[in-house]
Amino acid sequence: MFIKQYIKDIFGALKSLAVGLRRTGYYFTHHKEIITEQYPDNRDTLVMAERFKGEVVMPHDENNEHRCTGCTACELACPNGTIKIITQFDITPEGKKKKAIDKLVYHLELCTMCNLCIVACPSDAIVMAQTFEHSVFDRSEFTKILNKPGSKIMEGVE
Amino acid sequence: MVEEIGTTTEGDLIINVGPQHPATHGVLHLLITLNGETIKKVEPHLGYIHRSIEKMCESLTYRQFIYVTSRMDYLSSHINNHGCTLCVEKGLQIEVPPRAKVIRILLDELTRIASHELWWGAMAMDLGAFTPFFHAFREREAINEIMEETCGARLTMNYIVPGGLMQDIHPNFQKKVKEFISLYKLKIGEYAELVTGNIIFQNRMKGVGYLSPEDAVSFGCTGPTARGSGVSCDIRKLYPYDGYDNLQFDEVLETAGDSFARYMVRIREMNESIRIIEQLIDTIPDGDFVAKTKVVLKLPKGEFYTRVETARGELGIFIVSEGGTTPYRIKFRSPGFSNLSALDHMARGSKLGDMVAMMGTLDLVIPDIDR
Repeated sequence: MFIKQYIKDIFGALKSLAVGLRRTGYYFTHHKEIITEQYPDNRDTLVMAERFKGEVVMPHDENNEHRCTGCTACELACPNGTIKIITQFDITPEGKKKKAIDKLVYHLELCTMCNLCIVACPSDAIVMAQTFEHSVFDRSEFTKILNKPGSKIMEGVE
Repeated sequence: MVEEIGTTTEGDLIINVGPQHPATHGVLHLLITLNGETIKKVEPHLGYIHRSIEKMCESLTYRQFIYVTSRMDYLSSHINNHGCTLCVEKGLQIEVPPRAKVIRILLDELTRIASHELWWGAMAMDLGAFTPFFHAFREREAINEIMEETCGARLTMNYIVPGGLMQDIHPNFQKKVKEFISLYKLKIGEYAELVTGNIIFQNRMKGVGYLSPEDAVSFGCTGPTARGSGVSCDIRKLYPYDGYDNLQFDEVLETAGDSFARYMVRIREMNESIRIIEQLIDTIPDGDFVAKTKVVLKLPKGEFYTRVETARGELGIFIVSEGGTTPYRIKFRSPGFSNLSALDHMARGSKLGDMVAMMGTLDLVIPDIDR
């Protein structure tokens, strides 16, 4: 009885190895299915998901106008102190003082792409871009000013 | 505490495994006392990746602290966020829209499958089989793509906010999940062919690292580690949250208590997760994806505790509020820490080579243990 079980175990073991090797052999002979990304060779054709959180950017229209009112909602929402807003006072044509942004400083090296600033923004002034190749040679290049030079706030955004 | 490599007064050899060792899956340091090749004692040394997340959370508001918890158990980051959000919602008594609840559960279960897939690949790699890692990552990649499309990130999603979700699901979500389910059903047979049925694998797992139900309870083990010993501890069944009580699924239990039982629990749990996803994917209710909440959240004075079932076991979130905008104290009861404490008990008397199998079936994630 013991011998019978012993031989049965040996054949069972060999069968289990053969089953695994059959699967290995299948993939050895059917290697057309490529599941890896050929990065960076496919950089021209690579499409990132539209919601991918790469970095915070401020879109400008063709007249170099943005939608940021300088309300600092994003600065308050940020958990890491990534965003700093420096405001100034513009003089409107009626002679009144109006608060506007001077610089929106964005520290990419502190950002964790949590999306909380985008959700907090009441005027949709900032969005997430799909860029992900963030390597630079100097650390100071991570500190970015999001509003372009000479830009001003769009008409009708309060 | 024994510091140096060397021998004890009884002549036993002391060796260090880790903190930079491929079998420890991270910066875990084990100080092992050996008599020949037999383990006499295992002493885990922690703290190599301690980031004081609990203390950090005290300076963040109730909206901000949720994203940090993704960095604890990064393989089930979505479930961590879910637990923290449940605790805040419990304090504020927010009613979450049914659509948000269903999507949360769907993403929870997808995260659980992704975590178990990675565990399966790493587990087989620990025991010397390299190819299963690539097979596991092929299916995991499909889940990661779903996450990237809907949540905007592959690992640390931060998709859940108090009151619901950050955004609505992507229009392709249902299609992609159905594609994943068909891919999973096509490929799950390979797992059994390649690893589960393999005689070498079975001989290395069966009877190794026995943990009795009594010990599992006394060490505080939860999740698949305790369920492999036959302890019923699924939070989704015992304390259902966000509508798990309306779903048809079984709590996976094995009674053998060895490494192979823990392995089988995780393999079967993936099938249960697929069952949950199949029930919900066609019946996502319409409506809002987030409830209206105040901009600044203030929890009332008091103590709040919720628990969720992550891929590794029970995660408890304890918030003490003084009525301000930030928590006064936060405590996380992480599953990995309790599961690791059973390692010494399991490993005593077994061989050094078997310890890798035991650690693999505990499914340790070191940032979860240290926080």
